[in-house]
Amino acid sequence: MSKFNKKKSGDLPPVNTASLPDIVFMLLFFFMVVTVMREDELKIANILPVADQVEKLDKKNPVSYIYAGKPSRGYEKFGTEARLQLNDKFAEVKDIAAFVNAERASLREELIPFLTIALKVDKEANMGIVGDIKQELRKVNALKINYTTGKGSALDNMNR
Amino acid sequence: MAKRSAPEVNAGSMADIAFLLLIFFLVTTTIPKDSGINRKLPPMEENEEDVIIKQKNIFTVLLNGKDQLLVEDEIMEVKKLRAAAVRFLDNNGDGSCDYCKGAKDASSSDNPDKAIISLKNERETSYGVYITVQNELVAAYNELRNRRALELGPAKGFRDMSFVEMQKNYRDAKFVGNKGNLKEVIDQIKIEFPQKLSEVQ
Repeated sequence: MSKFNKKKSGDLPPVNTASLPDIVFMLLFFFMVVTVMREDELKIANILPVADQVEKLDKKNPVSYIYAGKPSRGYEKFGTEARLQLNDKFAEVKDIAAFVNAERASLREELIPFLTIALKVDKEANMGIVGDIKQELRKVNALKINYTTGKGSALDNMNR
Repeated sequence: MAKRSAPEVNAGSMADIAFLLLIFFLVTTTIPKDSGINRKLPPMEENEEDVIIKQKNIFTVLLNGKDQLLVEDEIMEVKKLRAAAVRFLDNNGDGSCDYCKGAKDASSSDNPDKAIISLKNERETSYGVYITVQNELVAAYNELRNRRALELGPAKGFRDMSFVEMQKNYRDAKFVGNKGNLKEVIDQIKIEFPQKLSEVQ
């Protein structure tokens, strides 16, 4: 009685998975696009001050980052005073010379004079540490610096 | 009636939809870029000779440990700093600067080339306030340079372009226009209003 056997059951047809790779690729590309590579993991509070006369940090030239600010939660044992962070570690002011030389060593020779040091300093920090950093940078002749800031009205920094 | 299986969904256009979304995100997402105030530190010199600068050519800005601003030994609000710096730089005391529009006050700076802003801070000054003051001083220079750019620009074919826009366009690879001329204008303005900002250690 083939007439009745032909359509055997009410099974659902299998879900078409042909587009699954597309969806996966879409997600992949999406995350590739929006992901920003974090340079360093911060161990300090780092709320940058804002300014409106800013210039873009030229990424064509090499940039090294120096962070400063007071240790964030979980690192209270390092004190409440503003500290310096180089790469992933807390550092002392005297370590800057070695840091700059290490950064220079990893660059191609013709780019060395263009090395910019970006200072990412928390706005609550005081100028003592910034002055120390600048003095140390002068000693190793790394003179191009950039005070990294957010964008906004500079007068907002005043009311704390 | 016999039960019929549902027809298969046509998935051929799924890839198109995926690409459409992909391109949408590609276009709309921007990667944040760092920006800030560029500065050049003075080199360490072994034998520092004292250059004698007339007191009237120095505009002293002091930030004390309580984040108070002292300009020429008087307390000033940060809001007024920009205008005061512009007045000082644009003063043209000796009359040698024909593009200045200042008051020609004999007790203030001689010309923009000689005028020096000296910024001093104490260790206790907070960084946020320091950046604000830096920003205002850079703004004062930019204000004068923008004014000059609007005067010089039209002759070279850059109408209604401020100095800041000129610099941006000069760095922009997509800019259509004569970059050689643009560089000339930028360099001339930089010579006319040199940024002489000294920081006292």
